[in-house]
Amino acid sequence: MNSRAAELAVEDLTVTHGRRPAVHHVSFRLAPGQMMALVGPNGAGKSSLLRAIAGLHGAAEGRIRCAAPVALLPQANSLDRSFPLTCRDAVLFGLWNEAGGFRPIARPERAIAALEAVGLAGFANRPVGSLSAGQFQRVLFARLLLQDAPVILLDEPFNALDARTAADLLRVVRRWHGEGRSILAVLHDLDLVRREFPSTLLLAREVIASGDTAQVLSAENRMRARMMAEAWAEDAAPCERAAA
Amino acid sequence: MLDGLIGPFAEFGFMRRALVGCVALSLAAPPLGVFLMLRRMSLTGDVLSHAILPGVAVGFLVAGLSVPAMALGGLVAGLVIAVMAGAISRATGGREDAALAALYLTALAAGVLLISWRGSAVDLSHILFGSVLGVDDAALAMMGIAASATLLFLALAWRPLILECFDPSFAQAVGARGSLWHLGLMALVVLNLVAAFQAVGTLMAVGLMMLPAIAARHWTRGIGAMVTLAAGFALLGSLAGLLLSFHLDVPSGPAIVLVTAAVWAASLLFGTVDGLLARWWPRRHLSG
Repeated sequence: MNSRAAELAVEDLTVTHGRRPAVHHVSFRLAPGQMMALVGPNGAGKSSLLRAIAGLHGAAEGRIRCAAPVALLPQANSLDRSFPLTCRDAVLFGLWNEAGGFRPIARPERAIAALEAVGLAGFANRPVGSLSAGQFQRVLFARLLLQDAPVILLDEPFNALDARTAADLLRVVRRWHGEGRSILAVLHDLDLVRREFPSTLLLAREVIASGDTAQVLSAENRMRARMMAEAWAEDAAPCERAAA
Repeated sequence: MLDGLIGPFAEFGFMRRALVGCVALSLAAPPLGVFLMLRRMSLTGDVLSHAILPGVAVGFLVAGLSVPAMALGGLVAGLVIAVMAGAISRATGGREDAALAALYLTALAAGVLLISWRGSAVDLSHILFGSVLGVDDAALAMMGIAASATLLFLALAWRPLILECFDPSFAQAVGARGSLWHLGLMALVVLNLVAAFQAVGTLMAVGLMMLPAIAARHWTRGIGAMVTLAAGFALLGSLAGLLLSFHLDVPSGPAIVLVTAAVWAASLLFGTVDGLLARWWPRRHLSG
């Protein structure tokens, strides 16, 4: 496993949908080996922020600096689960940076080992269309295992999973953390955040608070975040902090 | 019976040319249809089949029933609309169906108007629905080129195309240049539609691409098997359709598409994957 530590620095980042900001003027630093939760109400811009860091959404302003490859676990419901693909083939896409589109894949049995590591031994030839939501999420985790990236972004990794699956996948996340990888995870279960994540970034289109989890998740901060995420002015003026 | 099956091809050169052309198209177009279907872009295939019509019409106005002129016109018009459809899709976040319906109605109306302006009803019918008599050497060469280019492209782009269809965001994140491969796919869809219009007509060309693909999905959960099966269904449809067209004296395009549609209907009913019969009359459930 690749345990190169890498820092992720986000500086004054703005991501927009049209002229509306999904997030604006967001700055934070994910230190090498740090495990951080990204928390905020629905519509706070958490997924947009992750997609921008992964290079899927252009930044309107600001910078993202990271010297190492970044791997993203997307929300599982964004994918077609009836796609005619075996688990093995779906997981092997995790080796894209190594094999690309044309080269033969060296040691493809790594996909089987990755499936075993996420509790899917014997699933290699199963079509992904036959999997439950939890099993499909395990396949996406196995793909992340093969990506072997020093910085891992997880978008609601434990959503709609049974307790056993969530616990198994949390163990995988802990293992990544133990290997020195940096992890940024969008989560809604605040008890889980308090228990497992030492630091937290609370987002509501802009950073409400960041740092030690207990302090960030104060009742006052959470109330402020909710009010800011729900605010919607039809006649909002141009942002004064925006570059001309 | 055997005479009715082999006779037309043994006796008439134009039937042999049409058969060779349709075999080439049947090997190339359905695999493209499978990828369009998996990308949930079946409607886009339909739009493109209509989109080539105004270009074919302009070629017809300039040079009459000349294959190179009509093919060039169709290719240009199809590529322009493919790029426009892509832009609409991106701008609407995938909710492009209304705009695409508007595009293909406009293209169809413009094409029919242009052809009717200078041509006869026979010309219009020939361009819309195809004619086995239209498959001359130039058309045959065009089909061969389209099929060869498609099979080469699929062999090269197999892995990136599957990734782009399954998880376009992941493809973008790992720098798989998914949109470039997708653009190549769309260009080949247009090329196949243009190549097919002599034999099956502009409106029917997409049938040979999409119907076998949709039928194949009812029998397998693997992409490789799906592509192979789709090509097999298209070969069956082409052969039977050409014979129907010959014996009943009907246009070849609708005949081929109707036979292929019958294969799709049978697949929808009896298919092992999401077939209707299995849903209406479920067998005893399995023990595990």
